[in-house]
Amino acid sequence: MGIDMTNAASTEVLIDCRNLWKVFGDRSKEAIASITQRGLSKTQILQEFNCVVGVSDASLKVHRGEIFCIMGLSGSGKSTLIRLLNKLITPSLGTVFVKGRDISGLDGPELRRMRARHIGMVFQSVALLPQRTVLENAAFGLEVQGIPREQRNEAARAALAKVGLSDWTARYPSELSGGMQQRVGLARALTADPEIILMDEPFSALDPLIRRQLQDEFRQLTKDLGKSAVFITHDLDEAIRIGDRIAIMKDGAIIQVGTAEEIVMNPADQYVADFVAGISRLHLVKAHSLMQPAEAWRATTEGRDMTHLPRCTTEADIDTLIACITEGDHDAVAVEDDGRIVGVITVRDLLRGVRGEAAEASGPSPAENAA
Amino acid sequence: MPMQISPGAFLAPVVDWLNANFHGVFAIVSRVIEAVLGAIEAALLSLPALAVIAVLALLAGLAIGLRAAILAGCCLGFCLLAGLWQASMQTIALVGVAVFISVAIAFPLGILAARRPRIEAALRPILDVMQTVPPWVYLIPAVMIFSLGRVPAIIATIVYGIPPMLRLTTLAFRGVPRDLKELGQAIGAHPRTILWKIEIPAAMPTLLVGLNQCILLSLAMVVLAGLVGAGGLGAEVTRGLTRMEMGLGLRAGLAIVAVALLLDRLSRGALDRRAARRGI
Repeated sequence: MGIDMTNAASTEVLIDCRNLWKVFGDRSKEAIASITQRGLSKTQILQEFNCVVGVSDASLKVHRGEIFCIMGLSGSGKSTLIRLLNKLITPSLGTVFVKGRDISGLDGPELRRMRARHIGMVFQSVALLPQRTVLENAAFGLEVQGIPREQRNEAARAALAKVGLSDWTARYPSELSGGMQQRVGLARALTADPEIILMDEPFSALDPLIRRQLQDEFRQLTKDLGKSAVFITHDLDEAIRIGDRIAIMKDGAIIQVGTAEEIVMNPADQYVADFVAGISRLHLVKAHSLMQPAEAWRATTEGRDMTHLPRCTTEADIDTLIACITEGDHDAVAVEDDGRIVGVITVRDLLRGVRGEAAEASGPSPAENAA
Repeated sequence: MPMQISPGAFLAPVVDWLNANFHGVFAIVSRVIEAVLGAIEAALLSLPALAVIAVLALLAGLAIGLRAAILAGCCLGFCLLAGLWQASMQTIALVGVAVFISVAIAFPLGILAARRPRIEAALRPILDVMQTVPPWVYLIPAVMIFSLGRVPAIIATIVYGIPPMLRLTTLAFRGVPRDLKELGQAIGAHPRTILWKIEIPAAMPTLLVGLNQCILLSLAMVVLAGLVGAGGLGAEVTRGLTRMEMGLGLRAGLAIVAVALLLDRLSRGALDRRAARRGI
């Protein structure tokens, strides 16, 4: 199911940012000049100009209908990066296109209109106004746009219903639990019906059970409503659970972008590898990256008949594959695509997959095999 | 020849020069303040004292609550019974006008100082001086320019009332959580909307402390201003002091306490209430 949703993301690019830099400090202009001319590193900038590089040379594209996670530890620049996307922070260098428009060129009213209509935001601290009710908080975005009370309350009620808070509209934020407050935050972002929602570590302060519940609900809701989201987190599990694609940030730079499977199977460097080391592969790694070509298998088993093997699709995960093999008394499972057997996964391949190793390098890649 | 620094030697001519060249301006200021004060006083004194007490208690009850109504009744009742009704009303009018002007000056400046560190740095020493110079020193130039009476008293009171309000306004706006302001920007709110709908409600508790300080310090100053013929309770205290009349001094002193209580509780209650209602 997760797979279909992933593919539902269209090719239309909603957010496109190119070579973004953000340098903080009194001498940031000089620092930026020396970065472009001399290519100084983050530490050199700090030493020479006493400036902190928040984001360095980050580029990313977010497609319509996609949930794009940015994962990084504190200080990696992810919160700065997400604020560059709606210009809460102005980039030192680089451009951000939202729906094809360069937002650095927008004047005050245009920028406000863009934020109000197209980009919602949810904060880690929730940022609810304590003296307003849940309904008024949810309607606040429309209120500042000058939408009449009836109309905005109706939209807010609908949004609150989507997050399951219909019975709480007349309460004050202080009467709600942390998880419910964050639902109000999400409802507030949804009320204005933006295409893009920026989520700045929204669930980090919640306890694990509630967090997991909200993650699932958020993903479901976003997909149902066809929204796109940029989701910041310091938790790789969360990124994997929610994100269609994940960007990993370190020291202000994006060091890898890909699906959870791509990142787990092919970490770009040791840092990412260390990160993904503890991640369970059971639901991440799919048959197509584990299987060996059918011919190779036949060669090693001296032409054994594949038709008696249990079948699975190329998108089956390790958990499903294990179930397939253990149900009958088999030592391998055939992978089929369009009714044709394209590969075989043996118990040995499965075990290697659990450890995080891809199909044996000696064999041709699944793509070549399929071709 | 002994070394002596004497800023007064420079300031006195400045005051004289101001007096000579801007007499018209000061005369207008003086007349406007007199007119407003006179109108408020006349309004408070035209009705019988009991009627004023009843009306104010009723208003306090409707706007804030029963406790405020009882408090207003008791405080004003004491002023009446102490035989200081007229002086009390004069003092309330003086403090009301002074506080209004102090807040009108201090509130915008305080917001500005909260936004611009440079402005705050420039204002800080001025505020320090305003607060630490003994208050009756203000009375000297004020009397030189506006002559004796209520106007110099109110000018000196305003000068004295501005620093606490300004400082606490700055503190209040600094204390507005960053993420709330960020929220305002992120939903595309106009800066003016952010100020009115996010910052002021969030700053309200500290602003109320500022207002409260402003009222109490203004009241203290207004009493002191009895020295320059501002009338009101201050004049009664001065009279008690100069004639060594313990009874009069004590009555006037307690009446000041009653007025202070009244103004403090009512202003706080009214603003608190309004902040709360805005939320509903």
